[in-house]
Amino acid sequence: MEGENGMSEGRGVWVFSDKLDLALEMLGKAREIADRLQTELAAVLIGNNVQEKANELIKCGADKVYLVDNPSVEHFQAEAYLGVLHNLAGNYKPEIFLIGSTKNGKPLAARLATRLETGCVPDCARLSVDEQRRLIGERITYGGNAVAKVTFKTKPQIATVPARAFEKPEPKERVGQLVKLDVKVDEAKTEVVETKPLETSSVRIEDAEVIVSCGRGLGKKEDRVLLDELAGVLCGQVGCSRPLAEDRKWFSEWVGLSGHKVKPKLYIACGISGVIQHVAGIRDAKVIVAINKDEQAPIFEIADYGVVGDLYQILPALKEAIKKQLQ
Amino acid sequence: MKRIIVCLKQAVDVSQLKVDPSTRQLVTASAPRKISDFDKNALEEAIRTREKLGDVEIFTLTVSAEDAKAVLREALAMGADKAYVVNDASLKDVDTSGTAYILAEAIKKIGYYSLILCGETSLDSFSGLVGSRLAELLSLPQITSVRKVSVEGDVVIAERTLEDAIETVKAKMPALVSVTREINQPRIPSLMMIMKASKKEIVTWTNADLSIQKEKVMPKIELVEVLAPKTERKKIRITGESAAEVADKLAKALIEEGVVGR
Repeated sequence: MEGENGMSEGRGVWVFSDKLDLALEMLGKAREIADRLQTELAAVLIGNNVQEKANELIKCGADKVYLVDNPSVEHFQAEAYLGVLHNLAGNYKPEIFLIGSTKNGKPLAARLATRLETGCVPDCARLSVDEQRRLIGERITYGGNAVAKVTFKTKPQIATVPARAFEKPEPKERVGQLVKLDVKVDEAKTEVVETKPLETSSVRIEDAEVIVSCGRGLGKKEDRVLLDELAGVLCGQVGCSRPLAEDRKWFSEWVGLSGHKVKPKLYIACGISGVIQHVAGIRDAKVIVAINKDEQAPIFEIADYGVVGDLYQILPALKEAIKKQLQ
Repeated sequence: MKRIIVCLKQAVDVSQLKVDPSTRQLVTASAPRKISDFDKNALEEAIRTREKLGDVEIFTLTVSAEDAKAVLREALAMGADKAYVVNDASLKDVDTSGTAYILAEAIKKIGYYSLILCGETSLDSFSGLVGSRLAELLSLPQITSVRKVSVEGDVVIAERTLEDAIETVKAKMPALVSVTREINQPRIPSLMMIMKASKKEIVTWTNADLSIQKEKVMPKIELVEVLAPKTERKKIRITGESAAEVADKLAKALIEEGVVGR
């Protein structure tokens, strides 16, 4: 019965992310949900000198922005951010709270849910609400073997949302309310000693329209030039599967469930066997091409076009063929 | 002496999962179980820390509704000194909130610890919430997404992989650290180590031993359905006499699909 009581409480849909872009993306979906529930949509904004950003949140759909603007929260700090969100959510009791599933955001959501003694559904790629106003999150589980639909028995219903799950809405001139808050900032329990920017390509692989990706079938690191050349012709990017990044250290990032989940127009998998974790990362690609020497490779089961052959022969030929046919 | 507690989940081996094609349901009951990969990395890191520092004791801790002895023996063979398991059939539907609560109660009963190591997420449910929930329940400093860790005196120093940066963070112990798979390559125990492990102790507790409050383990979320995703791919094989012929056909198909060229 406690669950029942827990469910009756709460008003409003809330959004927070330590990355502004992700907060804006979530607002699009959150607006839909708030309209469906006929409730208000609020965003929480934490930072230093960030008042301008409040306007962006309103333009993308927020009715209200709770703003904590304070030099001591300029950078993410788990205890401080958690304290702020706990205070706010404890006072205003949102019905639904969507939190950006970033490296800092997800632990934050989990700890907030624990502090509020409520459920948390992580990494929801889809969100909806049912007749009983319950939030339903869809997430990949069992290493990509299944999609789980999960709902809540308690409130607030906290879900985390990965980047690129939802489209950022077109900003519109709207009227919204800005609520400035003065809050006590909790002391940090960890100390950041050093931050080194990661060498990432200027374009993120999630944004790529075409990805040419390689797996264990690539014999040596230098051979990636074959992929670079094809990607060049296709105005695409080069990616790889996990073993090439984690085991062989030829790349710093990879495509897959534990790496980047991508949704390009075209994904060309070269010498990738297609383990389920990799497949889970490319499921939303429009067209998948598989090139593999092993005709039994599972990648062919999820490909639109399959070529049984040697990537060392097919890739240069494909580059020439595309160049020729596009002329 | 320092003591590291490694939280180990007995997970469904997802690489051996079968799907019933008519219902798209997963056949999980008969699928083999194993130590969740990420947790194995956590255990390996604990063992490496002991190899570096010497005076370190390693306990593993597992919460399971099923028998987990085989998995715990493997952990002991890898190098853990002692394994704890909270084994209670009532925990069948426990969610991350309940699991974290039981882990916290078990850790309080164990008493002394310097560091808790967890895997960043689990192989099967892939939620990645338990470590954070546990840190919150124990009011510990927490460092997540860790790809490198070291212990110096009573301080733990860890390197985190963020979206756009590598961050080095330190915290005073006791602390909780969640590791990613890139942190190490877990060892495979030798026959010798397996034999030695059979003499090591496995402590089994039930909910009653920990005075678990029933309402605290009630699930806060509910699974509506778990189904294998539908795959609707064309599965067209492109063949030809030569690489050039295959490439021509493939290029033509991709241009017709509208995914190549402007």
